[in-house]
Amino acid sequence: MVFAIILIVVFALAIVDAAFRPAYDWPTVAKYLFDRRISQAALVTLELTVYSMVIAIVLGVILAVMRLSPNPVVKSLAWFYLWVFRGTPVYVQLTIWGLISLIYSSIDIGIPFMHPWVSFETNAALSTFALAVIGLSLNEAAYMAEIVRAGLLAVDRGQEEAATALGMSWSQTMTRVILPQSMRVIIPPTGNEVISMLKTTSLVTAVPFSFDLFARSRDISAETFNPIPLLIVASIWYLFFTSILMVGQYFLEKRFARGIGDRQPDKKGGGSNPDPITGVTIVPGSEQAPATRTGREPETGQGGPS
Amino acid sequence: MSDLTTPNAASAARGYVPMVLAEQVSKSFGSHEVLKSISLEVKRGEVMCLVGPSGSGKSTFLRCINHLEVLSAGRLSVDGELIGYRETNGKLYEMAPKEAAKQRRDIGMVFQRFNLFPHMTALQNVMEAPLRVKGLPKAQAERTARDLLARVGLAERADYYPAHLSGGQQQRVAIARALAMEPKLMLFDEPTSALDPELVGEVLDVMKGLAKEGMTMIVVTHEMGFAREVGDSLVFMDGGVVVESGDPELVLSNPQHRRTQAFLSKVL
Repeated sequence: MVFAIILIVVFALAIVDAAFRPAYDWPTVAKYLFDRRISQAALVTLELTVYSMVIAIVLGVILAVMRLSPNPVVKSLAWFYLWVFRGTPVYVQLTIWGLISLIYSSIDIGIPFMHPWVSFETNAALSTFALAVIGLSLNEAAYMAEIVRAGLLAVDRGQEEAATALGMSWSQTMTRVILPQSMRVIIPPTGNEVISMLKTTSLVTAVPFSFDLFARSRDISAETFNPIPLLIVASIWYLFFTSILMVGQYFLEKRFARGIGDRQPDKKGGGSNPDPITGVTIVPGSEQAPATRTGREPETGQGGPS
Repeated sequence: MSDLTTPNAASAARGYVPMVLAEQVSKSFGSHEVLKSISLEVKRGEVMCLVGPSGSGKSTFLRCINHLEVLSAGRLSVDGELIGYRETNGKLYEMAPKEAAKQRRDIGMVFQRFNLFPHMTALQNVMEAPLRVKGLPKAQAERTARDLLARVGLAERADYYPAHLSGGQQQRVAIARALAMEPKLMLFDEPTSALDPELVGEVLDVMKGLAKEGMTMIVVTHEMGFAREVGDSLVFMDGGVVVESGDPELVLSNPQHRRTQAFLSKVL
């Protein structure tokens, strides 16, 4: 209790101090917070995050399935990928992608050791933005692969058996039975990865790509000789985005916990007699009366509670 | 179908095709032989109860019938159709997964642990396979699913998730789910073993109803009362072989083999 009061006092003092400390230069913060260059850079940061994450998730699912494959070659390839991309810093990887044209001066499509059908200059074909997305997504894919793998392994084997016994194909079993259930395990860490990715985009300056939020605010402060307020501006934008992502993550988690969140032990329940079963009112997604949910297509519902 | 029809010579001569025909079925996991040359026959409409100590191979045999397990040797056919293999010039080739999936449509299976899909309601569980596998229109699938849920006494539980149903109710939904594919054969793998004693009856009642309607059933069970009352035949397995089989009443009251006697004395 006393400790809490001390904390509040210290926190309040820090706030008051920050409000009047000239180095923070709040008027400049206010001036640049909605500066067009900054808001555009914020959009670029969002684009980097979204593109990289989408590619990383797709690659991650492929790598996860590869790691679970019974084929030792496929398995080892996936393991090798993870070893390389998780074992080196993302900043170093981004720098290497920036220098890719020194390693591969042209991109040739065709049969090896034959004259290529098509050939691009690497520099012309890949912008620094594209290189940033490639660098971020290939790195992230390694982490996503482990998350997806954990999710797939978390689903009870009996589920796959039941689906198979009903005559469902492997892909139907995956998409209708296994993946929806693994989502419950996959989504929370993936949400964290998205938030982490948003922040990691600040490293793309290694490529070098300089139109993201952090690089842009550094550029502006290089002109104004006043770095602190612009760092605050960038931080406010990062915080704004991560806050939105956290809210989205909360609702996604709720949606995919459907029917699992509050499992009732088999010990209870009185057989077929129709006494009301306790706990049914807290089925996530069934706040509406059960009768209204009847004919609806399972996957095209109104998004459950969200 | 005709090129796949491979009943053995004797039954072909008699002009009838058994629902299930197992000929010297063997199955090994590594060096461990779980099934040792099992041969048996299940007639249309017959209810066969498979009993035996755990590890005797009865569940494995059941899983071979719908090709959840791949045979190590022997052959198995359902309704005259070789399961999981295609015979060309006297040689057996394993089927592509798609073909095997097609065969499983006609064979319903009920598991010890229910294995309902927890992210779907009871109704969605029952509708899933008719919708996705058979491609039935939604309205029709729903109508059949509701009828089936009513048949197992769970009409008013259609919109419940499995986690909010009792074990007995879950198992009855699982039976409805298997029936939704209109199977010609139902396999039950210890359907009441995971249930509290007071919930066993409701599941057995549903199974009795099915038997009365003429469904061909193979039931792996420890419920000797059910075997006696509903079973047309009883097969006692131990150590991967069929030790004794025959009329349930006879086998249970007057077992011939020493191992059967030892087992029954512990169970009954």
